[in-house]
Amino acid sequence: MAEAHPVGFQWVMEAKLRGAKVFHVDPRFTRTSALADTYLPIRAGTDIALLGGVVRYILENELDFREYVLAYTNAATIVSEEFVDAEDGDGIFSGFNPETGAYDQTSWQYAGQEGHSGSMDTSSERDTAAGLRHESHGAPIPGQVLRDASLQHPRCVYQILKRHYARYTPEMVERVCGIPQEKFLELARAWTENSGRERTGALVYSVGWTQHSVGVQYIRTGAIIQTLLGNMGRPGGGVMALRGHASIQGSTDIPTLFNLLPGYLPMPQHDKHPTFGAWVDSIHHPGQKGYWANARAYCASLLKAYWGDAATPENDFCYGYMPRMTGDHGTYQQVLNMIDGKVKGYFLLGQNPAVGSAHGRAQRLGMANLDWLVVRDLFMIESATFWRNGPEVETGEIVPEQCRTEVFFLPAASHVEKEGTFTQTQRMLQWREKAVEPPGDARSELWFFYHLGRKLREKLAGSDKPRDRALLDLAWDYPTHGPLAEPSAEAVLREINGFEVATGRPLGGFAEAKDDGSTAMGCWIYSGVYADGVNQANRRKPRHEQNWVAGEWGWAWPANRRTLYNRASADPDGRPWSERKKYIWWDEEKGEWTGYDVPDFEKTKPPSYRPEPGTSGPAGLAGDDPFVMQADGKAWLYAPTGVVDGPLPTHYEPVESPMRNPLYRQQANPARKMYPHPVNSVNPSPPEDQWRVFPYVFTVSRLTEHHTAGGMSRMVRPLAELQPEMFVEVSPELAAEVGLTHLGWAHLVTGRAVIEAKVLVTDRLTPLRVEGRIIHQVWLPYHFGFEGMVTGDSANDLFGIILDPNVLIQESKVGTCDVQPGRRPTGAALREMVEDYRRRAGITPQRHAPVVTPPGSGASDAS
Amino acid sequence: MLPDPNSLAGPLDPAPEAGWPEAPPRMGFFTDTSVCIGCKACEVACKEWNDVPASGMDLLGMSYDNTGALTANSWRHVAFVEQPRPAGHRTPPFAGNPTGGTTSPSSAAVGATTRDPVGTEPGVPTGSPEAAARMAAGPEFLGMPGGQPPGRATGAETRSDFRWLMMSDVCKHCTHAACLDVCPTGSLFRTEFGTVVVQEDICNGCGYCISACPYGVIDRREDDGRAWKCTLCYDRIGAGKTPACAQACPTESIQYGPLEELRERAAARVATLHERGVPEARLYGHDPNDGVGGDGAFFLLLDEPEVYGLPPDPVVTTRDLPKMWKQAGLAALAMAAAAVAVFVGGSS
Repeated sequence: MAEAHPVGFQWVMEAKLRGAKVFHVDPRFTRTSALADTYLPIRAGTDIALLGGVVRYILENELDFREYVLAYTNAATIVSEEFVDAEDGDGIFSGFNPETGAYDQTSWQYAGQEGHSGSMDTSSERDTAAGLRHESHGAPIPGQVLRDASLQHPRCVYQILKRHYARYTPEMVERVCGIPQEKFLELARAWTENSGRERTGALVYSVGWTQHSVGVQYIRTGAIIQTLLGNMGRPGGGVMALRGHASIQGSTDIPTLFNLLPGYLPMPQHDKHPTFGAWVDSIHHPGQKGYWANARAYCASLLKAYWGDAATPENDFCYGYMPRMTGDHGTYQQVLNMIDGKVKGYFLLGQNPAVGSAHGRAQRLGMANLDWLVVRDLFMIESATFWRNGPEVETGEIVPEQCRTEVFFLPAASHVEKEGTFTQTQRMLQWREKAVEPPGDARSELWFFYHLGRKLREKLAGSDKPRDRALLDLAWDYPTHGPLAEPSAEAVLREINGFEVATGRPLGGFAEAKDDGSTAMGCWIYSGVYADGVNQANRRKPRHEQNWVAGEWGWAWPANRRTLYNRASADPDGRPWSERKKYIWWDEEKGEWTGYDVPDFEKTKPPSYRPEPGTSGPAGLAGDDPFVMQADGKAWLYAPTGVVDGPLPTHYEPVESPMRNPLYRQQANPARKMYPHPVNSVNPSPPEDQWRVFPYVFTVSRLTEHHTAGGMSRMVRPLAELQPEMFVEVSPELAAEVGLTHLGWAHLVTGRAVIEAKVLVTDRLTPLRVEGRIIHQVWLPYHFGFEGMVTGDSANDLFGIILDPNVLIQESKVGTCDVQPGRRPTGAALREMVEDYRRRAGITPQRHAPVVTPPGSGASDAS
Repeated sequence: MLPDPNSLAGPLDPAPEAGWPEAPPRMGFFTDTSVCIGCKACEVACKEWNDVPASGMDLLGMSYDNTGALTANSWRHVAFVEQPRPAGHRTPPFAGNPTGGTTSPSSAAVGATTRDPVGTEPGVPTGSPEAAARMAAGPEFLGMPGGQPPGRATGAETRSDFRWLMMSDVCKHCTHAACLDVCPTGSLFRTEFGTVVVQEDICNGCGYCISACPYGVIDRREDDGRAWKCTLCYDRIGAGKTPACAQACPTESIQYGPLEELRERAAARVATLHERGVPEARLYGHDPNDGVGGDGAFFLLLDEPEVYGLPPDPVVTTRDLPKMWKQAGLAALAMAAAAVAVFVGGSS
């Protein structure tokens, strides 16, 4: 965190000043470790084993916050008798289909609901990264469940959880992660001792945690711990994702993703959602409990914001104009499609995939096979010059004179040269003024898209072709100002907030949305940000002039709540769990919820409220169901649906690993998203014997001094000179083993690429003892590329393309490689070297690692 | 006892002494290295605000320090010290891991020898590999009687202990600033805030200040030959603003304020750290009775100053000037007397 989020780390330092103890788990000793009280080196890709160990520690020692767990989670809920846990399936849950490599979730359901919920075939969810939808709300299930409040029923979630993690002992943590038991216990003790009625603990992670073939399950394990310890919906608790750039939270809320519409409404699918009604029903599931029941109003108001007057209830609000998904259109599938010649044009905005995305060579080869490519960036980045300066030019794979892609480079305005909002990890929008005019031809994104749309519409004006109607009917009218005709960002924010169509009155919140076309609303979860016609994101009341929650600084979705599910900060009767952790409580006299934050609950629904059986919508949730966006009002320790690779997180080895999975026969996540394509390959792992060709583990991350793919730091002198060369960090033990010298050269080889780097031999890296073997890990920064003031080979070139099945995030934090002293070959010899390694490792275009690890390759037999 | 108003050493409030009749309180920096996270925001903010030129694009191999030293082109410098030593009460980071001997001394030795030009004079001098290696290994056993046999306690056999110290260094703005004392043009002057600033339009590049500085801070640019260093953002503090580095520091490792207040805060911080089991915390440059009369920019360190590359007992190089002049005067008098005696003697 100190490395990648130094500004956010000030709060950790502040906590330290007050006596907080900081633990840091990382494969390498970083600037964060330097300030931590306890540092735990870990084998990259084994976090579920570590966190599962903490879950077991909590359950075995009965350290869970029992009253909270009983009342607010699904611990007591009884699961179908058809469910078979991965513990009994050698690493695979019931319902797995080896043909599709995907699960049928029927058997994962709660008892009695087997036929009513869950997906029969999750491969379609996987293709559309359906897990992303659940950022604002839980997955659908029927509300009525069987419960055993004594937690003794063998099929209740609590007992299933206990059995599932029974083998994740401190000894097992040491065997899998390489973390000595004493250190693990120190962590587990500190975490549990700082949770409960009087204390809460926060779990803060950065996006590197997600970049695994089991990325979503990492976060799930963290969430299970936080839920068991009663750390959700309470002050000082929670699971916080530190995002990789300013407003990455904003870019999923108002998404730049293929599968989402604003406010986590799913993009329609061609085969499943032919009509507006079918689309809406797929979101709100008629009869379901909870707040999602109003989805029809959100959907109608969104389309009304898109198509204005043209959108009417009679024409389903122009639903027919909506683009539809036909499968996986994620960024990695797109790149492979480019290589195959299926994509003609590509817009790149503020993204540098030639350096920043996994398998850099595939990225560059793909972009070299387009008709046109538009790059909008602050500097001339690698993704704009790959066709003349990229490594493939040197190897002869791209010939500049023959490269067919026509690249248009358009300079972009930086964040100080345009106005707008940033949405940070707390879901808080903060308005930003423009400080200076952008230089030269540089323009904001808002300017670019508004004027692009305007010009396209001008060119199509008068067209009678049906295909042009969607564009011509758009409500595309924003006031502009200044010599550059910059569209008003506040006008856009006002539309995002929503307004009454007849009067133009800004809506006060999403509860005012209507499904009859009388309201337009660009993003339902942001509704309220422009309430009363005031830019609420621009509020800057100092913290000294308000309570400590500081609700009048900026604006947070939903409805300016700073802590989600904050009903859980009070006990089932509505009283604070403790005076020290008081936050939201029931005021009996006034008959309403009150406290320091905006209550995340119906304001006047008393704790004693119990719905009539069968009641749907918000009224279906009881007065002690705090998790209001979940269909059963409970936090899910066990996920009967919504997660496609298992209802409980399970340790699988990274797809590329030098270790056999010590826990199960199944080596890697069986539901992982794979892309069999000639350009893509996976290094062999045990039980395949050729793993020995790539014996070392490499992991990549950021340096404080550089920013992501380097476009904003390698081009800026005061930053570039602070970390001026690509390097690889190795332990003294590995340096001795391989023959590396400090400040000398090394090259790293995978089945995809070979890159070179200067060697930093440092005590900050340590070998690990895992299953009696010594595992060496090396670390590389991923910031370098071939343009800018400081250049170097790109670490991401080493990776192949393997994705998590829930959200299609790539496994780009761990892989296997070989490390050799000296510089890499150049020109054609470079590809020959990679080919030679591929031959030795048995990597051919036809070969695919088996999805299901075959019988006879029992756990640990490869070591 | 009040110090001699013309004193070149000892406690003193430098601004009134320099002739500012109604000087504001003396301003300075307190750099608390115990909360430094090595982000180098101070280096970047300083370069941006003061338009300081590039200081070389070379990988120095000295941990994450690629700046090397304070020079005319680097007015803040974050030092990174990797050592196989325990840090405070922390759990040893590599306890239980299959580690061998430490590499810190040997890589520090390699790092000490690599130096590309940084465009300044004397710039970043090449270090001594032996000294760098010794420094990286930590304090040495010097043969004094102790409870353990010689060499046993250095922790170099297997490395379970490890610490990574970070410290943002800067011009000390001494109470008795030798650079200012020796400047023949009056380019270096004492501001009303008690800080020491170079006026670049007056500097003639003589370089006397460079050899006079007891900390090796001030340095000349090769291209224009003039001396440059931290101004404690004279332009900003004059306008009531915080210096760029302190403003940018995310963890308040660099604190700016009235020196008296900073000294109180620093003493309280040391006391807190001692209570929390960090007995090695100490202040450096805070004492008005030290060899430079106390620094306007002082530090909280977690080990001996030498570990961070700071002189343990800096003395203003002009401290002994009066004595030297007195000696020289006496010598001259004696010479004259001798000469007179010769003539007197000769005539007898």
